[in-house]
Amino acid sequence: MNIQELIEKLEEEIEEVEKGTLTPSTNIRNIDWWSSMHALVIIALVDIEYNVQVSGKDLKEIQTIQDLYDLIVKKS
Amino acid sequence: MGCEIRYITYQLASKEVSNEDLATTFEEFSAEDIYKKVGIKKRFHTSEDIIGSDLAFQAANLFFNDTKFPKEQIEFILFCTEGLDYIAPMTACLLQERLNLNKNIGALDLPSGCAGFTNALGMAKAIVESGQSSNVLLLFGDTPGLVSHPQDFALRSLFSDAGAAVLVEKSNENHIGNFVYGVDGSGAKHLFVDKSCLRNPIDKEWLELNNDVGGMPRGQMKMNGLEVFSFSIKEVPILVNEILEKNKLKMKDINLFVFHQASKIILKSIQRKLQIPTDKMAYYLENNGNTVSVSIPLCLKEAQREGRIKKGDKVLIAGFGIGFSWSGTILYF
Repeated sequence: MNIQELIEKLEEEIEEVEKGTLTPSTNIRNIDWWSSMHALVIIALVDIEYNVQVSGKDLKEIQTIQDLYDLIVKKS
Repeated sequence: MGCEIRYITYQLASKEVSNEDLATTFEEFSAEDIYKKVGIKKRFHTSEDIIGSDLAFQAANLFFNDTKFPKEQIEFILFCTEGLDYIAPMTACLLQERLNLNKNIGALDLPSGCAGFTNALGMAKAIVESGQSSNVLLLFGDTPGLVSHPQDFALRSLFSDAGAAVLVEKSNENHIGNFVYGVDGSGAKHLFVDKSCLRNPIDKEWLELNNDVGGMPRGQMKMNGLEVFSFSIKEVPILVNEILEKNKLKMKDINLFVFHQASKIILKSIQRKLQIPTDKMAYYLENNGNTVSVSIPLCLKEAQREGRIKKGDKVLIAGFGIGFSWSGTILYF
């Protein structure tokens, strides 16, 4: 896996986000579509696609897509 | 010898709450936003004076009216709830009297929430198959609405108050499969009723703090949605595989998957993870909300009504949630 693949999956999964707008440095909390539902979508995506279990606590500690990617790498 | 589910009735609480109603309390969301978020069109809340055992009582009356089953033939009742009438005595004792059942019967409470139906069904099977009685009337009644803060959007939009009655009876062929149970008490803190019962009772300070919403005298349910979600999508697929293994079945042998109706996103994620075709999934959340221990009997009743369960079908049922507690089995129709 690479970070671009993760970005594409996120863009596909979250309907509010336009394709090609996310980058590794995008701070997921600062964008206006962020809500508790998106946190759930991300947990599910990471679990199903990468077989990595991210807890709510883990997710609260990350800011950017790079952080999310690093977390998946660390946990896989 | 075995046992089977003979009949199911359920009763939703009387007050229907639409997304338009919710949008007047939660002004930051439109009715459409709410539907998009939770996938629910309406949920049902009780009034202050109707609690779980009242809804169970209503469902039991429906059961006796529908089936004409003689009350004097009931040999055991199990009342499953997370909102008992009193710390003591058991609410099942009160229900025996209210339902005018015989005195020479077993009557026990089983405090359990979202895994309540499958936990209680497992106990009923054990009671019947060990020859202790030839039937068990399972009664369910829960009122999460009474312990939800009026400003708690997640709880207000998801949960419904409801009751159910389910008769389990001895049968020649076995129609209820082997059970799998699980528990992880470290998850208790993620979904619990704060300021309730003996460990952490309400005090003056609590009542004052919640003065603007009537004091929350029965305590307050608190949910960490993220943790409940990650628990569900991790544990339920494992549970499903264990149920299949214990009953020597494969995914393709199952005609219908009936999961506790926790939330749309939880069900969708489990479906996707286990690659279950949509026509084999029970989704009865949209018009009912999450009815706690009533959700699985409600789904079974509605799926039967719609002709989705035929003779010879194998239905996998799985309850999971508060505790954390989970269990499940196969129903053979």
